[in-house]
Amino acid sequence: MTPFRFARAADTADALRLAAGPASAYLGGGTNLVDLMRETVATPGSLVDVTGLSNTVSPTESGGLLIGAALRNTALAEHPAVRARYPVLSRAILAGASAQIRNMATVGGNLLQRTRCAYFYDAEGARCNKRAPGSGCDALEGFSRYHAILGASPACVATQPSDMCVALAALGAIVHVQGAGGARTLPFTELHRLPGDTPEIDTVLAPGDLITAIELPPLPFATNSAYRKVRDRASYAFALVSVAAALEVEDGRVRDVRIAFGGVAHKPWRALTAEAALRGGPADGPAFHAAAAAELADAQPLRDNGFKIELVKRTLVAVLGDLGGAVA
Amino acid sequence: MSIIDSAKNAAQGLVQGALGKLVPLAPDSWIPGGLPDPLIARKHGLIGTPVSRLDGPLKVQGAARFSAEVAPAGMVYVALAYATIPRGRIATLDTQAAEAAPGVVRVMTHRNAPRMKPPAVFGSSPTAAGPSDLPILQDDRIHWNGQPIAAVIAETQEQADHARSLIHVTYEAGPSTTSFAGAKANGAQIGRFMGQPLRNEIGDAEAELAGAAHRVDHTYRTPRHSHNAIEPHAATIVWEGDMLTIHDTTQMVTAEARTIADVFDLKPEQVRVISPYVGGGFGGKGLWDHQIIGAAAAKLVGRPVRITLSREGVYRVIGGRTLSEQRVAIGATADGHFKAIIHTGTAAMTPHNAMPEPFIFATRSGYAADSFKLSVETVKMNMLANTFMRAPGEAIGTFALESAIDELAAELGMDPIALRIRNEPDKDPISGLPFSSRHIVEAWRSGAQRFGWDQRAPEPGTRREGEWLIGMGCATGTYPYHRMPGAAARITLTRDAKAIVEIAAHEMGMGTSTTTAMVAGERLGLPLDRIEIRYGDSIIPGAIMAGGSQQTAAIGAAVIAAHNALVAELLKLAGNESPLAGLSVDEVGSEGGALVRLDDPACRETYQSILARAQRDTVAAAEQASMPVEAMHWSMHSYSAIFCEVRVSAITGETRVSRILGAFDCGRILNPQTARSQFRGGIIMGLGMALMEETLFDERNGRVMNANLSEYHLPVHLDIPEIDVMWTDIADPHTPMGAHGIGEIGITGVAAAVANAVYNATGKRIRDLPITLDKLL
Repeated sequence: MTPFRFARAADTADALRLAAGPASAYLGGGTNLVDLMRETVATPGSLVDVTGLSNTVSPTESGGLLIGAALRNTALAEHPAVRARYPVLSRAILAGASAQIRNMATVGGNLLQRTRCAYFYDAEGARCNKRAPGSGCDALEGFSRYHAILGASPACVATQPSDMCVALAALGAIVHVQGAGGARTLPFTELHRLPGDTPEIDTVLAPGDLITAIELPPLPFATNSAYRKVRDRASYAFALVSVAAALEVEDGRVRDVRIAFGGVAHKPWRALTAEAALRGGPADGPAFHAAAAAELADAQPLRDNGFKIELVKRTLVAVLGDLGGAVA
Repeated sequence: MSIIDSAKNAAQGLVQGALGKLVPLAPDSWIPGGLPDPLIARKHGLIGTPVSRLDGPLKVQGAARFSAEVAPAGMVYVALAYATIPRGRIATLDTQAAEAAPGVVRVMTHRNAPRMKPPAVFGSSPTAAGPSDLPILQDDRIHWNGQPIAAVIAETQEQADHARSLIHVTYEAGPSTTSFAGAKANGAQIGRFMGQPLRNEIGDAEAELAGAAHRVDHTYRTPRHSHNAIEPHAATIVWEGDMLTIHDTTQMVTAEARTIADVFDLKPEQVRVISPYVGGGFGGKGLWDHQIIGAAAAKLVGRPVRITLSREGVYRVIGGRTLSEQRVAIGATADGHFKAIIHTGTAAMTPHNAMPEPFIFATRSGYAADSFKLSVETVKMNMLANTFMRAPGEAIGTFALESAIDELAAELGMDPIALRIRNEPDKDPISGLPFSSRHIVEAWRSGAQRFGWDQRAPEPGTRREGEWLIGMGCATGTYPYHRMPGAAARITLTRDAKAIVEIAAHEMGMGTSTTTAMVAGERLGLPLDRIEIRYGDSIIPGAIMAGGSQQTAAIGAAVIAAHNALVAELLKLAGNESPLAGLSVDEVGSEGGALVRLDDPACRETYQSILARAQRDTVAAAEQASMPVEAMHWSMHSYSAIFCEVRVSAITGETRVSRILGAFDCGRILNPQTARSQFRGGIIMGLGMALMEETLFDERNGRVMNANLSEYHLPVHLDIPEIDVMWTDIADPHTPMGAHGIGEIGITGVAAAVANAVYNATGKRIRDLPITLDKLL
């Protein structure tokens, strides 16, 4: 680990001021950043601890919830309003990492965790465009079981590893950001980027921007939501694929639906094509299959991950089947 | 009954009670016609009762001092830098920035390391422990991706780790072989294990197979596995003049000390290796480069050194189980009689080590057949030296063999247990030796009943609950009995009736020191709290490797030899005034802290009394164990019948093991409490092997890409169901205590039992490990 300066922010303004210099990074629970520093993948000159900032969950005027970015993952997963109204979020968080890690990790930090691509982590022995732009991508023809099948580029085939983010994408969350130019919000689905030619840039945030809160808009039918994660062991493994979904069925037809995939792309993958295919149509197995097929039509497998195309389809159909009752 | 009769009976009862407790001396070797160990007949002592680990309280209090917790004054820390190419030379190596970093004492490379001989490779002599015969930090040549190329020595571990990242190195790549296919194309050689070729042929197996009414013939593949003991490798190393002391975590204190002495051109007595606690070994805690680098670093800077491998370092420097490709073909008659067993294949190793992964061992003595063709061929790759890992050979060999038997049972429409029993051999099919103790059929029958094997659906893919397909599978596990030559023990009796037993053995958490104390207490007629076991130190006479599941037998025989010598010494000391005067060692036994005349238990004298009369504070005897001639007279093995139930998701292909039972036949179980943990631990390791473990070795450059516990998947709690274990507890009359080794048997057979259960659940036969969900979609 490279030596660094450390400061604790008293409030948001303090955090922005402390992080104004170059090579600064905000520190949440440290469950990913500290690993990256140990591997010398991240070498910030200074860390600004933002775990003392807002960690509250409060109702919004529109009937949603505003979640302070410093809230620990465990606390969010266990929050009664989240469990009752957005069960998909609670389940997604609890499907991730381990209890110890969830106790440390913050909501803001979870959003900004970086890919677990083994070539990204191997600073000494592997090429990686995300870590060292222009150096090449060893994952393209290497181990790619955990890599993208959607939205990848020749420069990068990494996936975003968060479970929580998949639920947030499905729920249409809003990100509250404080930057040099003041406060702003953006749709959660626009926070993360596809890799394109600049895979080193994970999000649309500018240097110094601080995520202050996540807003969950009201979504009454999210009470009928679920998260299913498929992985290589029963716990403490990243998703091969995961599905977050909320479904509203009326008279056997899909009144509304929200779907997002994890483990398949450089960002949590909101399945808008599948949603559009389903909305207004029958809530039955053939429709679910057709929607899954439509969403995966452009999927591009790598050496090791072709199975994920079928796997994510099956998982989506199963999740929608469960949410739709016995209709599947 | 009259009062007189009652009194007579009571007196007889007293005599018989005394006789029941009295333990005659044990024979010190096991040959046909010889007597079994008298402890086998003794049913009322400690042996066979559950005894908690004597070092348990120390460990749960954190008071057991492991090798990375020894802290000599002035100690410095080491961080290693590793090569990133598989073969070639270092072109440039710039250590200036690292040398200038805060806290750095020196950076040691091939340019300034002390001159050292390459270590003698394990197996090349009885005292050789080297991982390979490659020189360590002596030249600019690279032999594997991950080889240590520099050691940063600094005041703190953090400073060493940071400075390590400032080393700049470039390479001149040489030609290399990093793919298995490429290695096979370069040609294979017959494997040799401990000097013996890994090849057996009886009859014309290919012809018998071709002519058989029923046959299976398939290829099975197993991947690399990395060692992941909970305690990473670590050593604290001190030079005092030309005396070298290494506080290590090792399975072989004696051989390690000898090998390191040779590396540094020292006499054997100038090197002492101390290893009281080992946080898991499994074959990976031997001598590797890091202890030698640590000793060289300590010499270079003239200060004590602590070298602790990071978890990544364990993957780069400590070898694991190599990959294999195995053909198993079995030909059978319509009623299931085996006409031919063919088990051949290839394992990868390096040009510089001697570990061919002998996967045919279990097949050599598993089943009767009219003909056999067995062989292990090896190919060479540029990679970290592969090594022993829990049941090397048997763990992966039983996957192939026991899967094939299940495939044949399906082909024949027979129950797989019935097929196995149908081909139960009456003597060792390859060596022709009688079995010393083989009760696998009893294990099968009792296990099948306990598990509810009759609930298994004979047709695969027919049991389902919701999305979950349910299946049952079984397999035989086996591991040989070993007792290696060279063991010794020293027993010292003190005037206050305490016995100190010294053995150059190892406690890796499995309870060896506890079991040794139990056995020594029984032999000496002393309670457990009067026994002190000293071990894990190369200055203790003899050599007892904690490997090959042989430690308990080796210690057992050494303690017998030392005990017999001690009793002879005591009888000499007792002299003419003792009630024991004139008796020879075979006329006495031990009981209640005393020597007792076997045919007259009233005739006795306590150890204290003998020592007091002789005006001695202590009496001691050291003796070597006899040569292990029992293995020349019998085919000796541990056995298990493994039963497994799995649930496989019809949607995602995820496999969950819902029940598992191991029915073991491993001689007499000395301590059920620690034995149960050994069996369960082995089964957990087997479940990892079955479902998830795989070292991701990038065949483009030989680099391990999952050198951490996040991406290298071991089972977590949620992957492990309740594990049921049972055992026959039938003593082997031809071993010390009637016991067999139990450290490695647990993993064997498990992967096949899971694969066979997956087949029963889904109708899909997975022949390459691990059984990941993509293979079942």
